[in-house]
Amino acid sequence: MSGTDFDIIIVGGGPGGYVAALRAAQLGLSAAVVEAKHLGGICLNWGCIPTKALLRASEINHLLHDLGTYGFSAEKVGFDFSKIIARSRAVSKQLSSGVAHLLKKAKIPVFEGFGKLDGVTGSKRKVLVTPEKGAPVTLTAKHVILATGARARVLPGLEADGKLIWSYREALVPDALPRRLLVIGSGAIGSEFASFYRNMGSEVTLVEVAPRILPVEDEEISALARKAFEKQGMRVLTSAKVGTLRKSDTDVTVPVEVNGKIEEFTVDRVISAVGIVGNVEKIGLEGTKIKTDRTHVVTDALCRTGEPGVYAIGDLAGAPWLAHKASHEAVMCVDAIAGKQVHPIDITKIPGCTYCRPQIASVGYTEARAKEAGYKVRVGKFPLLANGKALAMGEPDGLVKTVFDAQTGELLGAHMIGAEVTEMIQGYVIARTGELTEAELAETIFPHPTISESMHEAVLAAYDGALHF
Amino acid sequence: MAIELLMPALSPTMTEGTLARWVKAEGEKVAIGDVIAEIETDKATMEVEAIEDGILGRILVPEGTHEIAVNTPIAIMVAEGETVPEAGAVKPQSSAPPSPVAQPETAPQGSAPASAPATTPAAPVGQAATGKRIVASPLAKRVASQKGLDLSRIKGTGPNGRIVRRDVDNAAAQGTAAPVTVAAVAEVPAPTSRTVPHSSMRKVIARRLSEAKSTIPHFYVSADVELDALLALRSQLNATSPDEGPDAFKLSVNDMLVKASAIALKRVPNVNASFTDQAMILHDNVDISIAVSIPDGLITPIVKHVDQKSLKQISQETKDLVKRARAGKLKPEEFQGGTFSISNMGMFGVRDFSAIINPPQAAILAIAAGKKQPVVKGNELAIATVMTVTLSVDHRVVDGAVAAEWLSAFRSVVESPLTLVL
Repeated sequence: MSGTDFDIIIVGGGPGGYVAALRAAQLGLSAAVVEAKHLGGICLNWGCIPTKALLRASEINHLLHDLGTYGFSAEKVGFDFSKIIARSRAVSKQLSSGVAHLLKKAKIPVFEGFGKLDGVTGSKRKVLVTPEKGAPVTLTAKHVILATGARARVLPGLEADGKLIWSYREALVPDALPRRLLVIGSGAIGSEFASFYRNMGSEVTLVEVAPRILPVEDEEISALARKAFEKQGMRVLTSAKVGTLRKSDTDVTVPVEVNGKIEEFTVDRVISAVGIVGNVEKIGLEGTKIKTDRTHVVTDALCRTGEPGVYAIGDLAGAPWLAHKASHEAVMCVDAIAGKQVHPIDITKIPGCTYCRPQIASVGYTEARAKEAGYKVRVGKFPLLANGKALAMGEPDGLVKTVFDAQTGELLGAHMIGAEVTEMIQGYVIARTGELTEAELAETIFPHPTISESMHEAVLAAYDGALHF
Repeated sequence: MAIELLMPALSPTMTEGTLARWVKAEGEKVAIGDVIAEIETDKATMEVEAIEDGILGRILVPEGTHEIAVNTPIAIMVAEGETVPEAGAVKPQSSAPPSPVAQPETAPQGSAPASAPATTPAAPVGQAATGKRIVASPLAKRVASQKGLDLSRIKGTGPNGRIVRRDVDNAAAQGTAAPVTVAAVAEVPAPTSRTVPHSSMRKVIARRLSEAKSTIPHFYVSADVELDALLALRSQLNATSPDEGPDAFKLSVNDMLVKASAIALKRVPNVNASFTDQAMILHDNVDISIAVSIPDGLITPIVKHVDQKSLKQISQETKDLVKRARAGKLKPEEFQGGTFSISNMGMFGVRDFSAIINPPQAAILAIAAGKKQPVVKGNELAIATVMTVTLSVDHRVVDGAVAAEWLSAFRSVVESPLTLVL
């Protein structure tokens, strides 16, 4: 094997790609990663991690402005916005070098440059790597995993200009805190930025075209999130259509139509968070049997594309666009290549988390989707208001909701909003993955006092009734 | 240290059993080898012996419980002075073999059957793994029980072969896991009938005989056999028995017919055979299963190596086996196997009948009552004791002519019975 021939080449070094490489090395396969820009991908550099660093800052800001609740007083509370941004970047950088270190430790070469499929030679596939500077290199491997990820979707008229109109990328590194901000799109990305900026002090308007914010979540959760946002002073518009933007040098006027009535908002910045599209361009798909569907590569349950030996994982392969889905697919895909028995991913077992304030976490079927799917359901709910730890923490707003199949006791879904729920959802994910029924959950002893007790109570509520509500 | 006592698998086909009786009480001291409980399996009642000294700490399954799956914890054993922990918090017995009783003490007399693997009855499909714990998710277990599917017949595709929901759904879709339970009883019982739950044995009889009658192409050959010479010989032989003592014996007609069958099997060995998809298995041993009716059903204890045994030995062994069969105390190896069966209903005065083959055997002889009746000898009318025997044969193994040949050999031995004592 030369320095350019491998068992597996992975195009893309995000949470799909670098995990695939690490797994390959674990299994004794030779692997190489091709990455155009940042190891760790969007997740580490422009997504999950830096936003969490920012949201931590906004949470602290919220607490600092709420000190009286806990009996504190402070004379002067302030922040240096550039330092908050710098901290977020530093966290990303630390993790990105962490990934580089992991790959180095596993003796996985990283080829810097833009990778694309470039035909075959014998039984091997060729990947052409074009670096920013220098000559292109051709690598060969029996298997190629495409993990090129996704980017922000751009709607006509809402193109990010880096100044007045931001995508998530600009929103992560602003020069200053905008006084007035309008966020278009209330999915996880839009809601997190809206929450961050609102809790830092911006006037925030959140605009959603669907009838409710966080449209993939359970309706009740959406409603509670909206209530919480509005209580924090955010303006929330749903079933809202954005008209043509009018820009000046320093601000943007956004006409928003709700129920036939148009209201104009003049703001300093607009964040466009209207979904994402897969990075399917320029990676050599043309002329192959690899199919795409609405900017995503079509794969089977084991991430195989139409071209033998070529796989697609993560955001490139379609929804849900979550780092943990990409990493899981990475391991599954490499295991399958190595001939191990694998289990296709069931998307109803992938948790989703949104780190706005209050946090939102869920897994599996919403109540409505369970009913649509024909289940007779048993639903249990428990408000955090009745949870001792939540009260002690000063975080009484929230709800835990469970959806069971009335016939079999299968936990179809779980939906949570409130403090720390993103850290707790895994309990339900384990239950769902391990196929526990209400009986095992009811028999599980949850520690007291914790917010997680409300997870137990929400199970009991679906059956014999919660004890503390 | 406390250990859980698990429901043992006392035979290869056993999947569940009944806890017939607790011999030891809770809190009672138990020494190695002590009988702790009696367990009724599909075929017999067997004793569970202690595998170590200790105290029977807690009984988890009360006496008379039916359908206890193999490996279910039935009791907790503790050391003296130890408090009894809750069920579930205890380590299952691991060092002990699952069948504490069965094998010991019976080094089989004579040579072990050379073709043993082929002659022992195959465990019914899907039950090979019954000794093992079934690893299934709680949801899979519940869905299987709701759909009436037998988890032991479902292959798990989850981590480490765990049975998960989709496996149960797939099995249901493909119909691969036969229902374990038949929808029980008519909901409104008719006033003139009673519902008697199936015993373990009744279920096995139902299953095995349905399988035999529906999968084996049976055909039947009958012959009339004169018994007078055999009866005369029997009287002579019985007259030689001491009045009492260990050597006393009393040959029955059946004992002599068992021996006569063995001789016929030696003369026409193709009947002493088993059919498998790959090949015909011809047995060297002549091990005859004797159908014995017992209160709950029937059982077929086996007299082994009949061809090598004297009438007296056969008679004594049969008596012992029948006695223990009726008491439900046979060991698995005493009723599993056999190369040929005999079912004798002579004592009920039946004229003739045909029997269902006991797989994997190839034939069974149905013996009806001997009766005095007019026969033609030469050109004279005479009186003879005549019985009708019917051989049921697996046509895959034995063709008509061979069956007729066997019957003729049998008749000639019975009618010229001195061969029996040679």
